Amino acid sequence: MKDFGFTLSPSSAVSLDKVDSRLWHKLLETSPDAAVCISCGSCSASCPAARWSGMSIRKVLLALQRGQSVAPMLSCCMLCGKCTMVCPRGINTRKLILALCRICEKP
Amino acid sequence: MKERFATGFDPFVIPFLIGMGFVLAYCAYGILRILFQLSREDRRRFLLSLVTPATALKNIWDIFCNCLLHVKLWKRNRLLGFMHSSIAFGWFMLILLGHVETVLFVPHRINLFYYPIFFNYFVAETDATLRGAALFFLMDFFLLLILVGIALAIIKRVRSRWFGMRRTTRPSFLDTIGLYSLWAIFPLRLLAESFTAHISGGSFLTIPMNWIFRQFFGNNLYMLPCWWAYSIALCVFMCVLPFTRYMHIPAEMMLIPLRNAGLRIRHPRKGFARVEVLSCPGCGVCIDACPMSADKANLKDCTVYLNRQIRRGNERRIREISDKCLLCGKCEELCQVGVEGPALRIAQREMRQYAVEPDYAAVDMAALREAASGSKVLYFAGCMTQLTPAVGKAFESLMHKAGVAYTWMDREGGLCCGRPMLVAGRRDAAQKLIDRNTELILSSGADTLVLSCPICYRIFTEAYHLPGVRVVHYSRYLQGLVLLGRLKLEKSDICYVYHDPCELGRGCGIYAEPRKLLGQAAMIAEAPQTKGESICCGGSLGSISLDFAAREAITRHALENLYASHADAIATACPLCLATFSRYANRPVRDLAEIIDRSSV
Repeated sequence: MKDFGFTLSPSSAVSLDKVDSRLWHKLLETSPDAAVCISCGSCSASCPAARWSGMSIRKVLLALQRGQSVAPMLSCCMLCGKCTMVCPRGINTRKLILALCRICEKP
Repeated sequence: MKERFATGFDPFVIPFLIGMGFVLAYCAYGILRILFQLSREDRRRFLLSLVTPATALKNIWDIFCNCLLHVKLWKRNRLLGFMHSSIAFGWFMLILLGHVETVLFVPHRINLFYYPIFFNYFVAETDATLRGAALFFLMDFFLLLILVGIALAIIKRVRSRWFGMRRTTRPSFLDTIGLYSLWAIFPLRLLAESFTAHISGGSFLTIPMNWIFRQFFGNNLYMLPCWWAYSIALCVFMCVLPFTRYMHIPAEMMLIPLRNAGLRIRHPRKGFARVEVLSCPGCGVCIDACPMSADKANLKDCTVYLNRQIRRGNERRIREISDKCLLCGKCEELCQVGVEGPALRIAQREMRQYAVEPDYAAVDMAALREAASGSKVLYFAGCMTQLTPAVGKAFESLMHKAGVAYTWMDREGGLCCGRPMLVAGRRDAAQKLIDRNTELILSSGADTLVLSCPICYRIFTEAYHLPGVRVVHYSRYLQGLVLLGRLKLEKSDICYVYHDPCELGRGCGIYAEPRKLLGQAAMIAEAPQTKGESICCGGSLGSISLDFAAREAITRHALENLYASHADAIATACPLCLATFSRYANRPVRDLAEIIDRSSV
């Protein structure tokens, strides 16, 4: 194929009618504060595991709501608690991660 | 002394025998059960320690000091110490002297279990008993001592502040029965012995009472009912003992040898942990100690209630309490028995199963290895310092001033030390981080590792094995530079109050070094609760379930304690304390490195 200097990425559209959000709702039962996330990205900026895994709580929460897999990201978490410290919404992210690690299906 | 009854028996001893038989059988069963719960290696270690003369002597000495004399309680509060030791030591002496009397006067009865306890009922005084007078005096003396102790215990129920305690535990129903029967035992003994004193003899307490009673009643009809009541009170106490906090009496005698044998908690409910839980006397010292008590909602989440819930098997509450704790270790520091509240909770957290296991295979070790190599001195700032860049910057500036070549191994971010993972109960995951960090440090060729974060420092000293590398806290390292003359400090007139971070102080026992260093750079004031009793800032990673809002009360409570020193500013040596205090403090909060950097020339 001719190289035009750019590529087309596959569509990332999410059909909200079809997503499997059971895990998200299960999480909300134990950690309702997940719902107050404003996706500001403070956690993404501070996460030390983000360098090699792309991990961030914001991403995990968005992926959960879109029914995407989160286990690979979670397995990189070192539980250092920086995201808890920076969260402007005061979400207890460590509790949330531990709860997710418990209820997640095995990757 | 001669015997009053040829049979040497009276039916009133039956309740006592029932109670005593029950409690002995229960304890024997308990000891066997705990021995079987220990791992094979631990059991061997424990049994060996019992026959090792040095440990055996230490056991006896510790049991004497802690269980009978309550030395630690004396140090905490004299009245509290006196109350407990008068009851424990007095009771022990009564039993001991009862046996001495039996051996001296009616040696053929020593095989009867109850004889020393009810000695005064079974014997009559003769003219030749003079040599027993000293014993009679001692018996009355120790009985009086116990009665004073009981009186203090009753006062403590209403005026606990006199005993240095703001809050005490709410006794459970069975605890109340145990408490009242314990209170009843000794006045009943006094009555029984007083009614019998004209026959059996007595001393300064029982003889005058006997004389008064005889003025009123003039017969022996009241004698037997009193002995019955005394025996029944003993029976009730001993029958409820295994199910109340008074179980700590036999359990602590087991705990001390187990601890001296060097055993650790391996399972949150079994073996060593079980003995610790049973040894909790429910005194409630940990309620006042717990930083979470700043908020009334958390009053029932301290170690004494954890122990109670473990005994009751209330799984929901055990999980709740275990997850909430900040693991600051103050309860353990102040506990008179030495119940390891934090370790119990971590062991409980370790029971939890996770579907997602941590996997750090994706970590770019080559880049980290490169970042760590270069010089003999490594500086590991830790994750939290990334959020408080002033600490790292100040340290960097100090190293520059001192002219030390060093490598900041996680300047661009690195691996976590593993302590947060460990306290969350994921030991295997923490071990993975420990292994990777160990590899990084050993491959760097450095011989000194300087740490500024106490959370990291604790796990580096406890769980890392770094042969040939000196792991040192920056307070100690900077002090070394000052002593070598490479750093010159000028004392400023700002007055700082130093806050002991939990992990550094209670966790690693470092109290003096930061103060010494700070003292060369500024004035120091002490907070009312300081060093081992310093209050957690509330930011601790130890707690899993405490959320942001719930921590505010804890932080403010800790700040109040620091404000009481009237210092101009607050100094600490932990990035987490720094970040947490800065949020609510009404005066500047600075890290030790910052202060030293400002006053160095």
